[in-house]
Amino acid sequence: MITRKVTRKWEKLPGKNTFCCDGRVMMARQKGVFYLTLFLIIGTCSLFFAFECPYLAVHLSPAIPVFAVLLFVFVMAMLLRTSFSDPGVLPRALPEEANFIEMEIEAANGNVLAGQRPPPRIKNVQINNQIVKLKYCYTCKIFRPPRASHCSICDNCVDRFDHHCPWVGNCVGKRNYRYFYLFTLSLSLLTIYIFAFDIVHVVLREYRNFFEHVVSLTPHCTVLEVLVCFFTLWSVVGLTGFHTYLISLNQTTNEDIKGSWSGKNRVQNPYSHKNIIENCCEVLCGPTYPSVLDRRGVMLEDSTSPTSSDASAASTHKSSNPVSQTTKSSAPLIPNEHTPDEAKPSIGAGTQKSTSSPKEEKPPSPTSPNAVAPAVIKESAH
Amino acid sequence: NTFLPAATVDRLSFHNLQELRHSASLATKVFIQRDYRDGTICKFQTKFPAELDSRIERSLFEETLKTLNCYYAEAEKIGGQSYLEGCLACATAYIIFLCMETRYEMILKKISMYIQEQNEKIYTPRGLLLTDPVERGMRVVSFAKSQDGPAGFGSPSSAHSPARSNQLSP
Repeated sequence: MITRKVTRKWEKLPGKNTFCCDGRVMMARQKGVFYLTLFLIIGTCSLFFAFECPYLAVHLSPAIPVFAVLLFVFVMAMLLRTSFSDPGVLPRALPEEANFIEMEIEAANGNVLAGQRPPPRIKNVQINNQIVKLKYCYTCKIFRPPRASHCSICDNCVDRFDHHCPWVGNCVGKRNYRYFYLFTLSLSLLTIYIFAFDIVHVVLREYRNFFEHVVSLTPHCTVLEVLVCFFTLWSVVGLTGFHTYLISLNQTTNEDIKGSWSGKNRVQNPYSHKNIIENCCEVLCGPTYPSVLDRRGVMLEDSTSPTSSDASAASTHKSSNPVSQTTKSSAPLIPNEHTPDEAKPSIGAGTQKSTSSPKEEKPPSPTSPNAVAPAVIKESAH
Repeated sequence: NTFLPAATVDRLSFHNLQELRHSASLATKVFIQRDYRDGTICKFQTKFPAELDSRIERSLFEETLKTLNCYYAEAEKIGGQSYLEGCLACATAYIIFLCMETRYEMILKKISMYIQEQNEKIYTPRGLLLTDPVERGMRVVSFAKSQDGPAGFGSPSSAHSPARSNQLSP
């Protein structure tokens, strides 16, 4: 059995992202503040569960820690989803597309005299009877779709770009905006919850232990929790309120900061439904967009000797892109096996790793990989 | 211990499509851009490009694009089903998405099969190859024109040998 290194597409993706778990996780490069967020949330909640909850469960109600656990799990799930998912990165244009766009631009601009600056690359489109300017991205070599913006930290164009959030260590864009909003909302609730029950705990203890000399760690932890919650409250609740306002108007933070839709002579927001409920529904209950960045597709790398019998077609795994990607092989060798039947519903579940030995998936039973017969290789090697 | 399941027969034709894709990378390409007039929903322009005039009838082209646009509109529709999916997923803290396929992904699969079928029936016999927009970041629908004319991409149903079959172990 020859071990063949399988290169997945995420390894060759341009941009300044870091990938983990073989391309399943996608984050920005600087993760320090994200670790701080994790530490604050997990730390404060651990103190709450360890020191406050036993007392509160006994003296008040056992439902209190149960609800706190549920809220904590929800907060962590939302945080991890926001941080680890693809925010809606637009892949860069392949050379042919880039050339095609260049030719279109040159045709539109006509002849530019030497010494004169070429006109800015802008396309005007009419959206809902408003004129919107689409800018050209020199890094990605595309005209950015409406509401997309280029994040300089991650060096990617992101669709419906909201902002780059260092606290979650990722951009917030079309695909993860609702998770980000639910994270701030649930974190606000969790902070208020812990803050409230800390106060309740202290008050109860004061009354009950008035005549008892109780020396315990609990008061110190409570004070710590209250401090963290107090400072978190102001920032997170404020942020939640701000994003609620943005959602009701169907605006992004980026548009709000740039003042795209405000001001007298400016265009009115063409994406807003002019109805708060409809705007909220679109943002929060809209369809879940799949990732168009094929991170886990395999790039065919044929570095094995001709006598190897296991240089089979690389199998494509799907994480968030359900369509099997055809890999453009550098040499006209084994084309990628590609059937829609192979699409497995388990997204990101990481069923098989084809790094150890080359395997080929067959549609009927995707869990049992097979070695491909040598005949296949020799046939297709032309 | 070898047998050819029905799925393999389909895969043989897909094999050839992959070869066609490789030769497509050497051909000239025509890109159909997105139509943003209705907002940020995924919709492609149905204007017939002049470069394809000699290769394909306008009506076939328009029909393909209109069907694609319909599929995307269905995927992005905000209605009862998307609310249900969203609320159910939210209630499970979106963990359900690790096991379940979203509606959009199911429709993308349908689109992929439709494009494959269109390629086999209509485009490859005319020396064109349609690529799925999802491979281009949903930005463009690209048609690759083979330089050899209608015979350039060959026929997807020809030239496959039984030796290409997979050996299936029980």
